[in-house]
Amino acid sequence: MSTGELHPMDKYLRRDRLPHIWCPGCGMGIIMNAFGRAIELLGIDPKKVVVVSGIGCAGRASGYWGFDGFHTTHGRPIPFAMGLKLARPDLHVCVISGDGDLLAIGGNHFIHAARRNVDILVILVNNFNYGMTGGQVGPTTPERARTTTTPYGNYAEPPFNAVWLAASSGAVYVARWTVYHVRQLVKSIMTAFQMRGFRVIEVISTCPTDFGRRNRMPDPLDNLMYLREHAVVKKNPDPKEAEIRWGEKFIIGEFVRIEGRETYGDRVRKLIEIAQRRM
Amino acid sequence: MQMFRKPPEQRELELKLKLVQREGVRIRRGKVIVIKDRCKECGFCIENCPSGVLVRSEDINAKGYHYPEVVEEPPFKVCINCSFCSLICPEFAIFSIPVEEED
Amino acid sequence: MEYAVKPGIYFWSGNDALAEGAIFAGCRFFAGYPITPSNEVSERLSWRLPQVGGIFVQMEDEIGSIVAIIGASWGGLKAMTATSGPGFSLMMENIGLAIMMEVPIVVANIQRGGPSTGLPTMIGMGDVQQARWGTHGPHEIIAVSPSTVQECFDLTITAFNLAEKFRTPVIILMDEGLSHLYERVRVPEPKDVIIINRKMAKDPDGYLPYLPDKDLIPPMAPVGEGFRIQTTGLTHDERGYPAVNAEAHNRLIKRLIDKIRKRKNEIIDYQKYRMDDAEVVVVSYGSAARSAKQAVDMAREEGLKVGLLRLKTIWPFPDELIYSVAQKVKAFVVAEINEGQITREVERAAKGEAEAHWVGNYGGRWIYPEEIVDKIMEVI
Repeated sequence: MSTGELHPMDKYLRRDRLPHIWCPGCGMGIIMNAFGRAIELLGIDPKKVVVVSGIGCAGRASGYWGFDGFHTTHGRPIPFAMGLKLARPDLHVCVISGDGDLLAIGGNHFIHAARRNVDILVILVNNFNYGMTGGQVGPTTPERARTTTTPYGNYAEPPFNAVWLAASSGAVYVARWTVYHVRQLVKSIMTAFQMRGFRVIEVISTCPTDFGRRNRMPDPLDNLMYLREHAVVKKNPDPKEAEIRWGEKFIIGEFVRIEGRETYGDRVRKLIEIAQRRM
Repeated sequence: MQMFRKPPEQRELELKLKLVQREGVRIRRGKVIVIKDRCKECGFCIENCPSGVLVRSEDINAKGYHYPEVVEEPPFKVCINCSFCSLICPEFAIFSIPVEEED
Repeated sequence: MEYAVKPGIYFWSGNDALAEGAIFAGCRFFAGYPITPSNEVSERLSWRLPQVGGIFVQMEDEIGSIVAIIGASWGGLKAMTATSGPGFSLMMENIGLAIMMEVPIVVANIQRGGPSTGLPTMIGMGDVQQARWGTHGPHEIIAVSPSTVQECFDLTITAFNLAEKFRTPVIILMDEGLSHLYERVRVPEPKDVIIINRKMAKDPDGYLPYLPDKDLIPPMAPVGEGFRIQTTGLTHDERGYPAVNAEAHNRLIKRLIDKIRKRKNEIIDYQKYRMDDAEVVVVSYGSAARSAKQAVDMAREEGLKVGLLRLKTIWPFPDELIYSVAQKVKAFVVAEINEGQITREVERAAKGEAEAHWVGNYGGRWIYPEEIVDKIMEVI
């Protein structure tokens, strides 16, 4: 870096690893920025923040922060985070990973962690494909979109409504934003940090190199503007109406916000109390 | 594809000028700092600056990208420290800092 | 409560002893999934772990189980899981993750008849090579194999100690025969047993997660204390950053292999029985070794000069020991309930000095001592 100035987020980043590997126009950097801002604004001790990520472009997130970072195997950041959080309930354990990692191979862990209300914050980065491996169809690819494994268009794979999946599985905070709606994203992460339980923030992200290119949007800016044109902010939206169809408007906002539900850690610790009382 | 890009309206500028002349509106000011070697020329900041003060530089950085430069036209086309560039940049390459407000 | 496991004499099954041995060793986190014949381990720990302030979790599948224990181990808890063949197969990828991240965990595989669903309630010993090579890539692994219920207790403690000492996953290769067998177990006083804990880093300043000490093992950092831990399953350098190139990979893998291989003599454990003048040595482990011991006694009564070499650790394999014995005996008879997974190791290690012959079956029943005696008479 020639100028020697420090970006406000540099204090949390591993500057020796910048510029990061994500493509020009990739939303990951924006998400990283928002995440760091939320932590800064809340005054959270960065030593107590832990980032667990899976495999994929989003999975590289844990490597750029100065927080303790764990880059696990494909689909498995959630059980890893669960084990870590149970052992160290004092930490802010966050999972940052992609749509394929969390909802396809990791889908089982996703719904069970929601069912249990494991106290972790999950940032689900949704760029509608498997970016790192070249742009294959994923569990959130909208119908008719083109990917490398749906060269005729995605007619075979109906996508998940991830918001509804999280909500119906038991998550206590479910929100969806896009990488364009950065201010709301920062606020949402701040809200989530101050809650307990299984919190999911789906962030619709840009992927010009793989998804964009195959869907007539090779330019990074067109990808970002697509999000601006099609995302509609709604107050108290219903998770059931959070479907995303290609070329049509989709809803973003805070879908679920439940305070006070017992977390999995609470229950396990209560169990220890019960067991020791009976001895 | 050009369809998503709209230049700032001329009418808006005329309205603002009238406001200042009549009411003496104060304008918040900011300074943009670019860490040019981190830029990957995605164009997000340039497109989304509400004051339109960012342009692609003629110069290129170490990786060959045209990083953003500030071209201000006071009294309106100036950085107002909204910090949207700072939030929308995926590369931690640009941010704004507040400067003394002026009338 | 004064004791985690109260000293005394107990009448336990192999699974009971394994669970209690884990608690004695300091295990305070278990994540598992129901699978016969390991269920009693989970069930006992679901009852006992909360009593000692530990955490029991029944995960949604075996993959979740193995990953959760890796996370919990990073969080500072001694962690284990228990499973059988089909679950063990599912855990393979993440055993590799634990190897790469250098995380101490214990995986108990209560083997049953395989492959596939096989014989869920019957004995098998066919996962031995899988324990060695099941996860992809070049690596070393440590595996212990108890033959008595007392050893189910003792070797579990050994497994935890080795995992902590070498920062690596350790596999307990038990089998259904032993898991449901009831025998007398003596639980000692805690002060009489050495418990090893992982080497921890003290100073966050300038700490590098994968910079090894002279013993090739880097100190582990506590999470959440400003050590700026970076770890990944990708090939990494001393900083924990991905270093995806041949030079870094060879350096890392060599260290991961050497840290165990170069200290084999601290790991390898076995028992020699009536081997001094033996012409044929029976090599065995696990439940098969019980049949082998009786066979050796029966053969001796017939006047045959036979001995038993019982392996308590299977991996790393005692190459040098086998070679030194091979030079003194005519042949080895390897008794195991699989198609010869250790037989071929013995043959390889003997380097032509003695033959290795397999005796056993592919699963479903114990080996009859008579079968072993017959084989001995064939080769002597």
